[in-house]
Formats: sequence, structure tokens, C-alpha cells
Amino acid sequence: MRQLAVTFIIILCIAFGLLLFLVMLDLPAPHVHLAVQVNEKLAESGVIHPVTAVLLNFRGYDTLLEVVVLFVALTAMLTQAKGRNLQHITTKPCSVPMQIEVLQWLTRVVVPLAIMVAGYLLWAGAYRAGGAFQAAAVLAAASVLLRLASMLHTTGLPGPASRIGLLAGLLFFFAVAAAGTITRQQGSLLQYPDDWAGLLILFIEAGLTFSLGLILARTFLTLADDDDTRGTER
Amino acid sequence: MSTALLFPLTGAALFVMGVAGLLLQPHLLRKIIAFNIMGSGIFLILVGLGQRGGSPDPVSQAMVLTGIVVSVAATGLALALARRLLDLTGKMQLPVPGEDAARDGPDA
Repeated sequence: MRQLAVTFIIILCIAFGLLLFLVMLDLPAPHVHLAVQVNEKLAESGVIHPVTAVLLNFRGYDTLLEVVVLFVALTAMLTQAKGRNLQHITTKPCSVPMQIEVLQWLTRVVVPLAIMVAGYLLWAGAYRAGGAFQAAAVLAAASVLLRLASMLHTTGLPGPASRIGLLAGLLFFFAVAAAGTITRQQGSLLQYPDDWAGLLILFIEAGLTFSLGLILARTFLTLADDDDTRGTER
Repeated sequence: MSTALLFPLTGAALFVMGVAGLLLQPHLLRKIIAFNIMGSGIFLILVGLGQRGGSPDPVSQAMVLTGIVVSVAATGLALALARRLLDLTGKMQLPVPGEDAARDGPDA
């Protein structure tokens, strides 16, 4: 019976895949040319790179809500992390002392470099591939490295300073959106004044890099955190 | 078939594989990985179809960039929920209503 169900599901998936193939081979030409529209308005966006212009200016509300989604996901994770125990997880000692020393030495070299790279990516977002999300990912990766080298420990819920850090980028983004809505009678949400656009985008991206880096790092640290036997899990 | 269609077609194949994995694999970690493969397929379709006209479409690229970050957060949440389930039941599988009694019988 189970064999039959598995076969049925596989056949159904293959049929669906073939249908998708056929549809994509036969797509009509697009009626709307978004790339052309973006290029026309690029001069007004405050940045030179089209992807950054779309993310932070033309579709800024998407990015705003995305950060909200990240924050909500982290909040949900933190509620799960509270009364967790390790009775079903087999833990092993971290590693041989010499190995951990090498890893810690490497981490001391790599983490400052990672912070520098994050700063560069943030700045580069204005004119080429880069930006807040890439920079935040590098920052989060640095924190993962710190955790694996047993140089960074978290327990339970974030403290007051950490909470402010997690929210700061989002709050600044909200503040810009609110200020724009109040001071201007018409125009859409997150429409920046033309001569301020570049500076505002840089500030928003800097705030987002900081907060997103903390949120992504917290996501990993919460998963890696084990309440009673800290430092023994690998 | 042009080479521009290679990306969305690969994306469609990845998506279908992800769906099959999500339905067929009982282990929750495998389900989460299959879910991510599904998402990657969709991202590949979006970016691939966006550059059909020759030049890449910055709007679909920005949307995919957004989507990647959201999928990372969703994966983290899924892992936290899976670990909670492991703590509560000792299994990395979703409970099946009919089979539960039969499977637990010999152990208990």
C-alpha cells in the first residue's frame, strides 16, 4: 500500500514537472518591461546599482516587511528555546584542546577581517552588487565562527542592550517611513526626497546591516544554544 | 530552446524534486532540506525568467534576494520547531495518527 502511494506521488511529481517545462517553453513575451522602467528612474533613486535601488527605494516597503518577518521568526524561535533540554540529544565533547586552539587563533584573525568585508559590502551596495543583506550575512557568519570556537556564548533570551540592537535597524527604517508620510502630503510610502535619497539609503542600510547581522546571528546561536551543558555540544 | 531558459527549467526540476522529497521523506531534517530545495528552485525560476529578454531584471533579483533571507529565517524557525518536537516526543518525525499505537507498542 505504501509502495503504491510512493509510486503515485513520484509519477504525479514528474507529470507536474513536465507540465511546468511545457508552460515555460511556451511563455508569451512579457508585456511589462520592469528593467527599462527601473533604468529610467535610476537617476532619481540616489544609488547607481539597480538592485539596491529596487530594494531600498522603489520597493522599499518589501524590504521593510521582510525585516519584520525576520524579527517575528526570531521571536517565535526564542519562545521555543526556553524550556529546552537535552535528553534526546547525544552530546560529544567539543574537540581536542589543540584543535580548538588553532580554531580560536584562526577566528581571531578572520573575525576582524569579516567585519571589514561587511563594511565594504555595505558601501559597495550603492554602485555594484552588495548591500545590507550580504553584509549582514557576513557578520552572522563571523558570529557562527565565534560560537564554533567557543568564544561566544548565549543563554536564554537576549538582554536589554541586545534587544535594542535587534530592533534598531527596523525602528530607524520605520522612523524614515513615518517621517516621509507626515512631512509630505502626497506620494507613496517610503518615497524619499530626491536630494536626500542617497544619504537616507546609506543610513537605512547601515542600520539594517547591524540589526540583520544580530538577528541572523541570534537565529543560529539560539539553535546552537543548549541550556544546561553549554560548551560541550558540537 | 535558448540558453536563457536553462535556468528556469533547472529551477522547475529542483522544485519538483523538492516537492517529492517533502512528501516522501519522513525525517523532519530531510523535509526541511527538501523545502529549501523547493525554494531554491522557485528563486532560480524567478531570476531565470527575469533575464529572458537578455538583460537581468533588477526587480526579480531584488525580490529573490528578499526571498533568500526570508527562507533562512523560515528554516531557522522550522529547525527550532523540529528540535522542540524532538524534546517533547523523542522523534524527528511528525506523529502519524493511525500508525502511532502500532509503532509505540513494541518499544513500551
